[in-house]
Amino acid sequence: MFRYIIRRLLISIPLLIVASFLCFGLVNAMGDPLGEWKLQKPRTPAEIAAAYERTGYNKPFMERYVDWAGNFVTGDWGESVNPGNAGKPVKDDLIKAFGVTLRLILGAELIALLLGIAVGVIGAVRQYSIFDYTATGISFAMFSMPLFCVALVLKAGGIELNNWLESIGADRWIITAGPPGDGFGGSFGEQVFQYSGAYILPTISLVVIQFALYSRFQRASMLETLNADYVRTAQAKGISEARSIFRHAFRNALIPIITVSSLNIGAGFGGAVITETVFSWSGMGKFIVDAITDIEPYQVLGFMMLTAVFIIVFNLIADILYAFLDPRIRLD
Amino acid sequence: MSEVDVMGAPGSSAWENTTGSGEKLLRVENLSVDFPTDDGTVHAVRDVSFTLGPGEVLGIVGESGSGKSVSSMAIMGLLPKTAKVGGSIKFKDRELVGLNYKQMQPVRGNGISMIFQDPMTSLNPVYTVGWQLAEAHQAHHDVSKKAAWAKAVEALELVGIPQPDRRAAQYPHEFSGGMRQRAMIAMAIINDPDVIIADEPTTALDVTVQAQILDTLLRIRDETSAGIMVITHDLGVVAGMVDRVQVMYGGTVVEQGTVDEVFEAQRMPYTVGLLGSIPNPNMLGKRLTPIKGAPPSLMNLPRGCSFSPRCPLAIDECRETEPLLLETDRAGHFARCHRSAHLATIENPQRLFAHEEIGVVENPASLTMANPDIPVSEDLDVVEARLHEEEKPTS
Amino acid sequence: MTEIGSPVAQAPAPQSGGEASTFDTTTARKQWQVILRRFTRHKAALVGLVLFVVLVLFAFFGSLFWKYSYTDLGFKRYLPPSADHPFGTDRLGGDMVALIIRGTQFSLQIAIVVAVLSTVIGVVLGAVAGYMKGWVDTLISRFIDLLLVIPSLIIAAVLVRNSFVVSVAGGSGGSNWLIVALYLGLIGWLSIARVIRGMVLSLREKEFVEAARALGASTFRIVFRHILPNTVDVIIVNATLAIAQAVLLEAALSFIGLGVQSPDTSLGLMISLNKNELTLHPWLFLTPFVFIVLISLAVNFIGDGLRDAFDPRQKRVKA
Repeated sequence: MFRYIIRRLLISIPLLIVASFLCFGLVNAMGDPLGEWKLQKPRTPAEIAAAYERTGYNKPFMERYVDWAGNFVTGDWGESVNPGNAGKPVKDDLIKAFGVTLRLILGAELIALLLGIAVGVIGAVRQYSIFDYTATGISFAMFSMPLFCVALVLKAGGIELNNWLESIGADRWIITAGPPGDGFGGSFGEQVFQYSGAYILPTISLVVIQFALYSRFQRASMLETLNADYVRTAQAKGISEARSIFRHAFRNALIPIITVSSLNIGAGFGGAVITETVFSWSGMGKFIVDAITDIEPYQVLGFMMLTAVFIIVFNLIADILYAFLDPRIRLD
Repeated sequence: MSEVDVMGAPGSSAWENTTGSGEKLLRVENLSVDFPTDDGTVHAVRDVSFTLGPGEVLGIVGESGSGKSVSSMAIMGLLPKTAKVGGSIKFKDRELVGLNYKQMQPVRGNGISMIFQDPMTSLNPVYTVGWQLAEAHQAHHDVSKKAAWAKAVEALELVGIPQPDRRAAQYPHEFSGGMRQRAMIAMAIINDPDVIIADEPTTALDVTVQAQILDTLLRIRDETSAGIMVITHDLGVVAGMVDRVQVMYGGTVVEQGTVDEVFEAQRMPYTVGLLGSIPNPNMLGKRLTPIKGAPPSLMNLPRGCSFSPRCPLAIDECRETEPLLLETDRAGHFARCHRSAHLATIENPQRLFAHEEIGVVENPASLTMANPDIPVSEDLDVVEARLHEEEKPTS
Repeated sequence: MTEIGSPVAQAPAPQSGGEASTFDTTTARKQWQVILRRFTRHKAALVGLVLFVVLVLFAFFGSLFWKYSYTDLGFKRYLPPSADHPFGTDRLGGDMVALIIRGTQFSLQIAIVVAVLSTVIGVVLGAVAGYMKGWVDTLISRFIDLLLVIPSLIIAAVLVRNSFVVSVAGGSGGSNWLIVALYLGLIGWLSIARVIRGMVLSLREKEFVEAARALGASTFRIVFRHILPNTVDVIIVNATLAIAQAVLLEAALSFIGLGVQSPDTSLGLMISLNKNELTLHPWLFLTPFVFIVLISLAVNFIGDGLRDAFDPRQKRVKA
C-alpha cells in the first residue's frame, strides 16, 4: 500500500515536468506580457530593458524555463511581472486564492454529494414513481442550463431580496461581492447572519450543477446493483427488503460514486471559475482568469502546478478508495 | 466426500405416493407467469403443475427460455414486480401466490431456499463468505453474531469446504468456482429448509466438480430429508440423481414421469430430440442430432402445440389445438402431445431428428419398416419445406 | 450484429458462410428496427427530436423568412416584446428575433463541429490505444493525463488570443467561431477516448476478433470493421450529449471572455453581453437563455432516448 502510493507519486513526477514545460510553451505563445505596457506611452530603452530584466523575458525560452523550474523546486514560485502590478510573490497570492476556493467548494461538494446520493437512491428504488420522474426532470433541467445564467439569476434575486429587506427596515442579508476580506465579526448570531449571507448563493449555484451530475450517476449505478444477482441471492435468504437494498445494493452502488466524486473534488480545486466570477470571490478561478488576461507567466505556471498536484493526488485517493471499498481490487 | 450410494436408491418409493394424497411440501397447480413488456406480453410460464415431497428429488429439464427458472423464481416470490403470477403455489398447505415481500420473508431461505446458477455473480463481492452465510442464519434465528458465524463455519464444513473457519473470512473472489457453488449450497442449507431449489447448480463448473456438487446435494437430502428441485438443461445431471423428471418447453410442461420412464420411453417428440442431442456412447463415431429451428418466442407462441414448428411428427391437429398434459399408455407417465400414441409405436424415435445427416440413418427404410403406415419421410419433407418457407419472409 | 456478417461473406469461407451472413444481416436490420421502435416510443425523446429539428430549421432558414435582418439597427432601443418585435430590441436598436436566429445558428454550428471533432478524435485514439496496447496505449493514455492536468482555460486563451491561428482559420475578422469550436473539440475528446479504450480493450479478446485475425484481416480492418461497430451505441449517445455540452461550454467561455467574439456571435455571447440587463430589460437576457436551454434540453432528451433504445437492460426479462 505504502509502496504503491510512493510508486504512483514517483510516476507522476515526469508528468508534472512535461506538463509544466508544455504550459510554459503555451504561456509563451500567448504573447509578450509587456506588449501592451510598451504601447501605452513611449518608454525609454533603459526602462524597457529593466522591465524585461525583471520578467526574465530578455533570456531565451529554454533558459527561462530552467530558471523557473530551478526556483520552483526550491520554493520560489516567481513573481507577477505585469508592470502595473509587478513584484507580487505568486505563492502567497495562490495560497490565498486556494483558501477562498477551498472554503467555497468543500461545503458545496458535500451538500451536492449527499443530496445527489439520497435522491439517486430513492429514484432508483422507486423507479418510475412520481418522485423519480420529478427528480429526473429537475436534474435534467439543471443539466441543460448554463451555470452562469443560474448564478446571474440568483445574484439578481439576492439583490432584490436585499432591497426588500431594506424596505421593511431589516438589514441587507445577501452578500454578492465575495466574503468580507476581514472575516466575520460581532456576536455569534451576527456571524451566522454574515456567513450565510456570503455563502448561500455561491453554494446554491455550485450545488445545482453538481447535484444534477451526482443524482443521475447514483440513480444509474443503483439501478444496476438493484438488479444484480447477489441482491436477488440476498433476498432469497429471507432478509428484509430494506436490508437487501441498503446492505447489499447500496453498498455496491457507493463504489463508483465515491470514486467519481473524489476525482471531481480534485478537479474542483482548480476553482469554480463561473461562480467565483459572478459572486466576486477571489478564488482560484478568478486567479487563473486574471493571470491569463494579464499574461502572467509565473502565476499561470504556479496555478498549473498546484492544481496538477491536486488532480494527481485525488486520482490516487480515488484509486485507494476504490481498492478499499471493493475487495476484488488490489493495488500494485 | 461421503460415498453414500444415492443413485436411484430412494427414488421409487417417493414417486409412488405422488398419485395418492401423502404429505407434500410443495404443491404447484396451474402456475402461470406473464411479463408485460414494451414489445408485448411474455408468457414465460403456462399451466405448470407438480408436487414435491420430503426427500424427493424432482428434475426440471428444458432449454433456456423454457420457463424453468421463472417457475422457481415464482415459488420464491422473487419475480420482478411487473410479473403477473396466476395459479397456486402451496407450501405446506400455505398459499404463496399473492403474498407480498414481507409475508414471503419467513418462507424464503428458511422453508424454501434456493441455489442460484451463477456462483460468480450470485455472491456479494464486498462481503466475506462467512458474513453472507451468517446473515442468512440471522435472518431467521435470533442469535448473536458470533453464534451465526459459528453456524456459517459449520455449514461450510458440511458442504465439504476444507479449513472452513479460515475460508469463512475470505471474500467470494478468493474462492474457486466450485468452492463458490459449495458456499451457495451452504447458504441454502444453513437454516435446514424443507425445500431446496437448485437452479442450474453445476452449469458453470467443470465435470469433476459437477459430480462432487451433485453428490453434496444428495448427501444433504439424505441428512435433512429436504425435497430438492433441480433445474437444468443438462440431462446428465438429471439422469444420475433425480426421482422424477419434468420436461419443459415453451413455458409449459410437455412430459412428466419417473427418470426411467422418460429416458426409456419418451412420449413427446421434444424429449426425444433433447435426448438425441447429448453425447451417448452408443452413438460413438456418429454425429449428434440437434433439433432443427429455435425455441419459440414466448411473446408470439405458435398456434397449437408450441413444439409443432420443429416437430417431425406434427400433423394439422398439432398446429391448431394445444394438447393437454395427459397420462400416456404407461401409468404415471404424462405427455402433452397429440402424437404420443403414435410415437409409442416408433421403434427408434431418435432417428426422427436425424434429418439431413443421411449418414446417421444407416438404413432409412428401417424408419418406415417399423410401421409402414407412418409416412415418416414425408413428415420430414413437410417440416423441411415449412422451415424454408418461414425463413424466406424474414430474409 | 453487422460485424460478424461482413467478413464471413467476403472471405472464401465454407458454404455455410453465405447462409450465415444473410441470417446475420437480417438480424442486424431487425435490431435497428427494434432500436428505432424503442426510440419512437420514448415520448420525451421524440419531443426532443422534433424540437431540435425545429430549432435547426429556425437557425439556418429563419433569416430567409423573417422581415428584419440582424444588420438593421435603426429601431428604437430597448423596446419590450411586441407584435412587431416579438423578442424586443437590444441596446443598439437591433431586432432580437433576427439576432437570436443568428446566435442560434452560430451556437449550433459550434456544437455540431465540436461533437463531430471530439467524437472522431476520441474514438480513433481510444480505439488505437485499446487495440494496440503496449507503448502506443501508454503514450495516448499519458497524453490524456497531461491534458487533464493542464487547465483547459490556458489552452483556450492561447488559441483565442493567438493571431496566427486566427489568420490560418479564415483571415482576420473571419471565423472566430470556428476557432472556439476547434478548441472545444480538441479538448472534448478525452472522456469518449477513455470509454472507447476500455471497451476496445475487452472486445479485442473476443472470439470474433480472433476469427478475423485468423482470416488475415488487417489491423485497420479489425479495428474499424469488427470492433468499433460494437461500440456504436456508446459513440452515438456520447456524440449526441456532446452537442448539449458544447452549447453550454461555449456559453460559459463566452461569459468569461474566452469564447466567440464579435463580429461573430453566439447565444452565450448574447447572454453575457446582456448580463446586466436582467432586472431592467429582462427579455434581452432571458430570450437567449431560453434558447440555450431549449437546445440542450432537446439534445439531452434525444440522447437519453437513444441510450434507452440501445440498452434496454432494465426492462429486459430473463426467462
